[in-house]
Amino acid sequence: MAKIQLNLISGRTIQQGVAIEGGKEKPSYRDACGIIELDAEDFSKLGIYRNTNVRVTSAYGTVIVKAVDATQGPHPGLGWIPMGPWANSIVNPNTYSTGMPTFKGTPVEVEPAPNETVLLGIELVQKACRAET
Amino acid sequence: MTKTVTDVICPFCGTLCDDIEVVLSDDGKKIVEVMNACAIGNEKFHHSQAADRPKRPRMQQPDGSYKEVSYDEAVEFTAQMFAKSKKPLMYGWSSTNCEAQSVGHQIAELTGAVVDNTATVCHGTTLIAVQDVGIPSCTLGEIKNRADRIIYWGCNPAHAHPRHMSRYSIFPRGFFTGKGQASRKVIVVDPRPTDTSNMADYYYQVEQGRDYELLQAFRTALHGHPLPDTVAGIPKEKIYEGAEVMKSGRFGIIFFGMGVTQTLSKNHNIDAAIMLTKDLNEFSKYSIMPMRGHYNVTGSGEVLGWQFGFPYAVDLSRGIARYNPGDTTSNDLLRRGEVDAVFVIASDPGAHFPISSVKKIAKLPSVAVDPHFTPTTEICKLHVPVAFVGIECGGNAYRMDNVPIDTRKVVEPPEGMLTDEQFLEKVLHRVRELKGAA
Amino acid sequence: MSEYLIKNGFVFDPTQKLKGDQADVAIKDGKIVDKVANPKVIDAKGMTVMAGALEVHAHVAGPKVNIGRIYRPEDKLFTFRPTEGSHHMEGGFSIPTTYKTGYAYARLGYTTVMEAAMPPLFARHVHEEIRDTPIIDEGAFPVFGNNWFVLEYIKNKELENTAAYIAWLLRVTKGFAVKVVNPGGTEAWGWGLNCLQIKDPVPYFDVTPEEIVKGLIEANEHLGLPHSMHIHGNNLGNPGNYTTTLDTLKLASGYKAKNKFGREQVMHHTHIQFHSYGGTKWADFESKARPVADYVNKHKNITIDVGFVTLDETTTMTADGPFEHHLTELNHLKWANADVELETAAGVVPYIYSPDVFVSGIQWAVGLEIALLSKDPMRCYITTDHPNAGPFTRYPRIMKWLMSQKARDEQIKAFKASDKVVAQSEIANIDRELTLYEIAQMTRAGPAKCLGLSGIYGGLKPGLDADVAVYDFNPEKEHKPMEIEDAFSEVKYLWKTGVPIIMDRKFVSEGKKRTLWVDAKVADNPQVMRDVKEKFVKYYTVTEKNYEVTGKHFIPNPYAIEVDATH
Repeated sequence: MAKIQLNLISGRTIQQGVAIEGGKEKPSYRDACGIIELDAEDFSKLGIYRNTNVRVTSAYGTVIVKAVDATQGPHPGLGWIPMGPWANSIVNPNTYSTGMPTFKGTPVEVEPAPNETVLLGIELVQKACRAET
Repeated sequence: MTKTVTDVICPFCGTLCDDIEVVLSDDGKKIVEVMNACAIGNEKFHHSQAADRPKRPRMQQPDGSYKEVSYDEAVEFTAQMFAKSKKPLMYGWSSTNCEAQSVGHQIAELTGAVVDNTATVCHGTTLIAVQDVGIPSCTLGEIKNRADRIIYWGCNPAHAHPRHMSRYSIFPRGFFTGKGQASRKVIVVDPRPTDTSNMADYYYQVEQGRDYELLQAFRTALHGHPLPDTVAGIPKEKIYEGAEVMKSGRFGIIFFGMGVTQTLSKNHNIDAAIMLTKDLNEFSKYSIMPMRGHYNVTGSGEVLGWQFGFPYAVDLSRGIARYNPGDTTSNDLLRRGEVDAVFVIASDPGAHFPISSVKKIAKLPSVAVDPHFTPTTEICKLHVPVAFVGIECGGNAYRMDNVPIDTRKVVEPPEGMLTDEQFLEKVLHRVRELKGAA
Repeated sequence: MSEYLIKNGFVFDPTQKLKGDQADVAIKDGKIVDKVANPKVIDAKGMTVMAGALEVHAHVAGPKVNIGRIYRPEDKLFTFRPTEGSHHMEGGFSIPTTYKTGYAYARLGYTTVMEAAMPPLFARHVHEEIRDTPIIDEGAFPVFGNNWFVLEYIKNKELENTAAYIAWLLRVTKGFAVKVVNPGGTEAWGWGLNCLQIKDPVPYFDVTPEEIVKGLIEANEHLGLPHSMHIHGNNLGNPGNYTTTLDTLKLASGYKAKNKFGREQVMHHTHIQFHSYGGTKWADFESKARPVADYVNKHKNITIDVGFVTLDETTTMTADGPFEHHLTELNHLKWANADVELETAAGVVPYIYSPDVFVSGIQWAVGLEIALLSKDPMRCYITTDHPNAGPFTRYPRIMKWLMSQKARDEQIKAFKASDKVVAQSEIANIDRELTLYEIAQMTRAGPAKCLGLSGIYGGLKPGLDADVAVYDFNPEKEHKPMEIEDAFSEVKYLWKTGVPIIMDRKFVSEGKKRTLWVDAKVADNPQVMRDVKEKFVKYYTVTEKNYEVTGKHFIPNPYAIEVDATH
């Protein structure tokens, strides 16, 4: 299966804003933020249909999200995961002495993961916290 | 007969709209309709009355589930945690009022805590840059009344500050800007063509993470010096053109956001943006303003500033106030294991910190004060739900341009629920007893 | 409440013409009284006793002060005091935290402080900081000299409307007086421009600083407010600006103070040191303190405060936005600016008054010359325009310079370009040494009278508030100059409103400070109310209902001074 390299950025969307106020325990949060927005060109390279789940991996972690059409595109080479625990599973946590993790500009690898599930937000964080030995 | 409460302040983002109207049922208990708010504000008001809202504190059990406890038990647990801790982290503060922040600071001073707010993952790098090079700025009304050049750099207000453009920056007809949008030229810089850049007269699709070079290139162009053929993916002709557009205005503003505060160059990006603004004042009148995220992160910075001298990442553990981003900031403290208890309030680091920091919180004695269920509340040892500021209690908040607006109480909180301020007062009282303090 | 008797001290009190007489001071129920029945006795033998001092102009609470704190972490590096029980930690040298501000003023024996400039839109912020400043009573001056309502009413020569608007604004911001900063020039700064002379018209509004000043003096007297119009004149800081200052002072001619508070001036010109410069550029920069002091001496309806330069690294901050931009272009230090819709602006820039730079030496001289050439210490007050010319914690050092020619000579010798300082100023030729009585006039009775508060503060006459400071300083002994500075750096005892605050140099209480404001009642003015409504709907970015400061969380202990201006 195809794998592509992308530059990952993260940030706000209206849907993310509405979802967090609606309750992060709800599926609407996963629907709003457990996604990666991909440019049409990158969809082609990946060879998957829209709304297929993908695995996104960086040097810092890995996460399953649903691949959707870029809403603020075109941006070939850029992947967009709205701010939230899915993005924060894989962004660069280093602050380089500024206090600020490097939320924008993380090199990632994206591969299709059609049989994997996107976790709910709270589930995702709880699992990660329990997994640490 | 329903009744309408006017001049309500929306407690979501730094736009701090104060023209919301809330229609209540005739017994004043239910929110029936919310007018003038954006989709996010609307959701906040309505969801505050959802039936599934947590109404009482919840203590984590050994099996990871949560069991309801009383507020008194919650106060005791929290106070004990503070009393036993050598260096607690008190994080968040951005979605509550200044009165609560102030009470929290008293706990911090008594227990030698580190007080940090959401700027640490948002505009903290802006504050660092301001501490290096200053900041020429103004209130939002100056934009409404005077500005004819609007620059959005690394921000997407259409999504993050939905009413910003209509209340302050693109559409309003002000005293000297009677033609509204037609009086203004808009420049947008963003690696993605966004819903905001659709409003732009000039759009620059900068190469992601290369804003620093483009900012310095604009400064170079402003002074008529030579440029390479492209900078950050933008051809030099476009840069010279943009510089002319900026210079030709009579009052300009640069609004900026996470696109420049969170990318690798961090505070250096903001430094360059502020210096561009300063340079533009040689030719015209320019200001720059950070698009603050939470509705009262600015307030947290202000209160910390006047009480302790620094706007975030304030370490009180040695009895005096110390500040050193990278050293006293939450994510660094957590990653290095330098705090032994975590008190989170009015924020959600569980969702918005890198997961490696969240794992550390989960292992420590921890309390999360939040009206909602969030990734933070579900990994802390104790979750304390409280009333919504701006809906169920009032209190002062500071807008993104530092203007203080006193939020309103619109409806009563659920029976027996405490506000942030009330909970913190009880904790403070108990910690004083435990420490034998005055 | 308790009774106290402060016995055997050397009392300096202009309200009773006590010039170091040995006298007792009795306190009962928060006031000075003639006698007490069963007091706690404090023996002040060999010590100096004065009323609590009044600060007539300092930047201690509000948005630009906080910009200064936030953007200067370095200001906290070497000056800090740790938390001690309920006594908060203290930090900051030129821009102290609010806790430090209260404690530091109290240590100096100051009990009432006026925040010099409050942008009305930010009034809540000012009041929150005032609330978090322990011990001292405070008031704040809203700024009027660049306010769109004021500019329009004055252009149309509408005195009643100007007065009604002032009364309204004082009430909604809980403000104390009519402050004017760089009249007209700060509105011009909204476009990057300025008004340097009193006849320079304001862009669009087409009214001049001269008209603004006169219009506000007239409105102030029409209302009969406790304090007069309080002005930071145009052209601050520039060589040769003394002519602008004389032009400004002349605008008080022909006006007589009308009020029920004992105030006699119609104009208070603040930090006049910054406005008393000669020369045409920096090279020939010189002191013009004499013509300015002479003018003030001759015109009894004017009061001034000096704005002494203390020769420190400090932070300048003022509503004179264009001046601050000019300053950053001069010294290239970080510049913050904050324009405020419809109302005003502010700028902040750090500044180093170095003894190695002859201009700073001359500025130092100008301040001292003004005070030493002043014939009436009841009309000339000690300030540093804190923190602009230096931090208020340097007041004891200023006292030393004023009281000791030897101390001044030592400083003059220490300047790198001493010859230039001496040649381009008069300081070396002045041998006057102020007395403690004169200092008491300049820091207690004078400011109280000028603020219209002589019925409450500024003296030890029975009936006044029991704000009393005792210093371990024997005025009948000889003193080295440094001993003056040391002794007045810390009170031995301090009472505020009859409550002991500092006993034997230890803080024992924070008292219950009050926020002073002026409630001026005027006849209903539907025109002004309609204009207010309209401007809020069309031009402000907050609603009219969200503008007024109300609530105990802002002002826990208000003290309203009532004025009936209904005529």
